[in-house]
Amino acid sequence: MVVKKINKIIGQDAIEKKGWLQAHKWLLLRRFSQLSILFLFLSGPLFGIWIIKGNMSSSLTLDVIPLTDPFVFLQTLFTGYIPELTVVTGAVIVSLFYFIVGGRVYCSWVCPVNIVTDAADWLRRVLKIKTSLSFSRMGRYGLLTVSLVLASITGMLVWELVNPVTMIQRELVFGMGLSWLFIVAIFILDAFISRRAWCSHLCPMGAFYSSLGQFSLIKVNAQNRAACNDCMDCFAVCPEPQVIKSALKGSADSSPVINSGNCTNCGRCIDVCAEDVFTIKHRFVNSNLLTSQHEVHL
Amino acid sequence: MSIPGKKTLQSRRRFLENISRAAGGAALFGIGLGLYSQQSKSLPSEAIRPPGVVNETDFLSACVRCGLCVRDCPYDTLKLSKLGEQVALGTPYFDARDIPCEMCEDIPCVKACPTGALDPELTNIDDARMGLAVLIDQEACIAFQGLRCEVCYNVCPVRDKAISINRLHNNRTGKHALFIPVVHSSDCTGCGKCEHACILEEAAIKVLPVKLAKGELGHHYRLGWEEKQKAGKSLVTPDIEHKYNLPEGVQYDYEGKGLIQPDSGSSTGSQRQPGDSPFNESALDRLNKGRL
Repeated sequence: MVVKKINKIIGQDAIEKKGWLQAHKWLLLRRFSQLSILFLFLSGPLFGIWIIKGNMSSSLTLDVIPLTDPFVFLQTLFTGYIPELTVVTGAVIVSLFYFIVGGRVYCSWVCPVNIVTDAADWLRRVLKIKTSLSFSRMGRYGLLTVSLVLASITGMLVWELVNPVTMIQRELVFGMGLSWLFIVAIFILDAFISRRAWCSHLCPMGAFYSSLGQFSLIKVNAQNRAACNDCMDCFAVCPEPQVIKSALKGSADSSPVINSGNCTNCGRCIDVCAEDVFTIKHRFVNSNLLTSQHEVHL
Repeated sequence: MSIPGKKTLQSRRRFLENISRAAGGAALFGIGLGLYSQQSKSLPSEAIRPPGVVNETDFLSACVRCGLCVRDCPYDTLKLSKLGEQVALGTPYFDARDIPCEMCEDIPCVKACPTGALDPELTNIDDARMGLAVLIDQEACIAFQGLRCEVCYNVCPVRDKAISINRLHNNRTGKHALFIPVVHSSDCTGCGKCEHACILEEAAIKVLPVKLAKGELGHHYRLGWEEKQKAGKSLVTPDIEHKYNLPEGVQYDYEGKGLIQPDSGSSTGSQRQPGDSPFNESALDRLNKGRL
């Protein structure tokens, strides 16, 4: 079975069974989402149509709605600064949104860096690059701690001096400086040095959004896990494969909901699964199911 | 006591290794980043912050680098620092020689700021202190060569308060005046219009950070004339009355008139003719007067 896999591309079975479009549905939707958000930010400076002003750190939509990145906002709080109400409102709105849809929806549906790291991972698969170096997945929590501790020690947004994510987002909208070098660097890191190194191992923003989405309402669900044929495509395509195991391969009475905050709700596992094991649902479906089953047993 | 299974021990060890590796790496990185951050506080002197920035460290704790101030600046004065520039990454600034601040009355950049990094209490743009203009090169400024220019004075939005023209004697020609622009820190907002307008190849008047441009008198200093005015009288011991060994009847007014003649009477001057001696006695009498 493993031998058979080597010559196949990930999702081959799904493409054959469901068709190419259906096997890339979530990927296409995500690319559409990422590019449209970028376009909304760019339509002002490029065409003078001001829908969203600012950048992803903080913005003003239709001159009314403030939106603020809660991670940047949190760093501000850690410096000891007491901010104005506008930015607080913006951070609350965004936090609530991601609390509902899943924290790391930011990573997979909004952040443009995801396009870079997905491309690097794609290249890795095509060129069959295998490297043994791997960063700890805890590294991002370490950097998250560092960014907040340094903010409170120095009284400045220290992480924002080097944050490649906000840097790239900002320079895409406000004119490119040298931050394209960071795009190249992240691509090289992910493609040739260590798999999924940036988004899944190092980025403290990802770690922040993971924490925010720990209890989010919308989760991927392996509800049809009985149909799993062990093709392993979902594990191969997933940027955080460690989150799948307990939901897909857990014991019969375990929850099929992928509960980890690290899951980005990117939906690629749904795309590549020929057996339609996965679906996106609100988290309560199966816990209700479990309780009802439990009651039956009683 | 039960011994934990080999597998549990191994996985626990791996977990601890993993954690310490992550923490160690992050800590190392943090030290480097912390050191770098100290360097980033130094703002190059040609970069001027928008109105409402009180001090650089407070600003760097509040600014989220969203660029809303840049977007609402009607004159494209403000820009966000890009990677590779000296200004702290992503923060707004302007270069006065390039595009100065036009000092909009409604201060749209401050209104746009969502965090308060640009102080919302700044409502009168004349109160802004973005920097301080300094006529930094008197050798190059043509006013010091005796030429009429006064461009900096004429473009100044707070003319006659922030910049005035001081007329000095032109020692070179001996008969002309020098029209020297003088900046007053009490009213200069640091908008940079003077630097922008300076006709030289390289501006002789430049906006500098206030900290760099201003001196500060020791706090123990008291200016006598100011204190005297405040108190309504001199605060130091009055001068001892000077005593002169003067001819009898002659007085000397130390602070004013000088010698006062006893015999000049009520209408001084009218009796006296040019060429007359100020003393109307004979020289012998005068000599004898003191040694009675």
